[in-house]
Amino acid sequence: MGYFRFVWASLWRKKTRAILTLLSLICAFLLFGLLQALSVFFTAGADFVGASRLIVQSRVSFTTSLPMRLLPEIAAIPGVKDVSHDQWFGGVYGENRQMFTFASDPVRLRRVYPEWVMTDAEWSAFEQTRTGAIVGRVVADQYGFKVGDKLPLKSNIFPQKNGSMAWEFDIVGIFDGKDASWQAQTQTVYINHAYFDEANQFGSMAGVFAVELDDVNKANEVAQAIDARFLNSPNETKTQSEKDFNKGFFAQIGDIGLIVSLILTAVFFTILILTGNTMAQAVRERIPELAVLKTLGFRDGQVTGLVLAESLLLCVTGGLIGMGLAAFMISGLAQAAPGFFGAVRANGTVWMQALLAIIVLALAVGLPPALKAGRIRIVDALAGR
Amino acid sequence: MTEALVQINNVVKNYTRGKQTVEVLHGITLGIPKGDFVALMGPSGSGKTTLLNLIGGLDQPTKGEIVVDGKRIDRLSSGDLSRWRANNVGFVFQFYNLLPVLTAERNVELPLLLTKMGSAERLKRANIALEIVGLKDRARHKPKELSGGQEQRVAIARALVSDPSLLVCDEPTGDLDRKTADEILTLLQRLNREYGKTIVMVTHDPKAAEYAKHIVNLDKGTLLADSVAA
Repeated sequence: MGYFRFVWASLWRKKTRAILTLLSLICAFLLFGLLQALSVFFTAGADFVGASRLIVQSRVSFTTSLPMRLLPEIAAIPGVKDVSHDQWFGGVYGENRQMFTFASDPVRLRRVYPEWVMTDAEWSAFEQTRTGAIVGRVVADQYGFKVGDKLPLKSNIFPQKNGSMAWEFDIVGIFDGKDASWQAQTQTVYINHAYFDEANQFGSMAGVFAVELDDVNKANEVAQAIDARFLNSPNETKTQSEKDFNKGFFAQIGDIGLIVSLILTAVFFTILILTGNTMAQAVRERIPELAVLKTLGFRDGQVTGLVLAESLLLCVTGGLIGMGLAAFMISGLAQAAPGFFGAVRANGTVWMQALLAIIVLALAVGLPPALKAGRIRIVDALAGR
Repeated sequence: MTEALVQINNVVKNYTRGKQTVEVLHGITLGIPKGDFVALMGPSGSGKTTLLNLIGGLDQPTKGEIVVDGKRIDRLSSGDLSRWRANNVGFVFQFYNLLPVLTAERNVELPLLLTKMGSAERLKRANIALEIVGLKDRARHKPKELSGGQEQRVAIARALVSDPSLLVCDEPTGDLDRKTADEILTLLQRLNREYGKTIVMVTHDPKAAEYAKHIVNLDKGTLLADSVAA
């Protein structure tokens, strides 16, 4: 029997209590893993986006569309290399399954977003088919779409001229991402803007313009020039880097980092009290046993160390099982709903945060009873004083 | 004259309880020869357990000196005293004080965790100690699966396992019936006679004291006449 087995055996002195404490730790770290993975995704999810593009949106909100006549004016501003445009379509597929669908110009999309990879034949078909749609690999794999399939979508924003919200498109291409980060983003569907423009009731518009720059170092100047160009017009703009735009998009849901922090603070405060109480009780019950250890020759520091090791072992066991379950669940969610969870990962950052939380928690709950155990006076403890 | 393993000179022990300081031992001087088996007797509150704790290095005197096997232990720091206890003294308590989560074998092995011995060697020694007390066949049993007498044998094996020269026993038969108590006392007597262990035992029981070679009586913190057991 080494120290590990001794500490492990001591941990299971009261089996029911140990199991309940362990379960609460597992739940806490399961929640920690899931929420932190989401938080990391939301706060750092846009890191992969290139810095060479700007997004122009309405100054009011990106949900307010801009007229298409702005396109040539933006394209004429010095420093702008190319412009593409996207209109959020709000597609719903089948039984209320949200599909991220944008109306876009195929030629401009291909030029401004070289990160989307598709064969020339598929790009060409997208250009030439007015009812054409291209589907991201993640979506295609999820629903089993292939080129040649019909894609019926219901728009929850745009009716057709005949008043129907039901649209039908022809899948003419399946696009991939140029690397792993972009592949994870292939959760979108693009429809041909020309067809959308002609068939919808509301006329010609773009939700945002994506601007490719001549020189990325002049991004600020170009952004200011674009916004200045439309200042005091009926369509004032707000231009920002693509990364900032994406972060702003996620921020609409709320300050994810703050929400996660608040939930986890509440969870860990509860766990701190619960586990701290358990550890304190466990030590109180064992004062005569700890005094016996000292009698046998264990020094104060060794007894402190044994109690602290017990707390650490409890927190490490609960924490690792909880995090393992979180990783398993995230991977399950990613498979079940790649559109939403495909890019969420319990990555190295999340695991490092979990390890730090485990150590801090173990010290917080273990140190007070451990120090108390180290200070036990043998004679008093054996006499029951 | 036989060499003293334990030499206590003019030891005073005070306890402070709240604002009150009580002198429990009043200048005790006592020599215990190597290989002796001494029974410390006296009424409750006479200071027997206090004296035993001082001899075993569990507590330190307020005044006076305690020398065990040539080493002054009254001046050792807490850490040094712990190391000294681990190497030189075995303890047997009235209520056995075994760790309930460990088997008999693991309880006996416990003091050896403080040595540099390997796991196999520790286990071997634990089993030898259990064999000496006649409990080898119960090595894998936990304390709650043993009788009181068996638990006390395990406690004695734990006290023996690091081969200390001195065993201190605080009412080792106080929780046992007469027959079992006699078995435990016979075992202690055998350890004294066959293995040369010096034993200091606190007891209330005159019959238990009869197993010792000497009886030392204490009353109100003062040593009375030392007598040879019957």
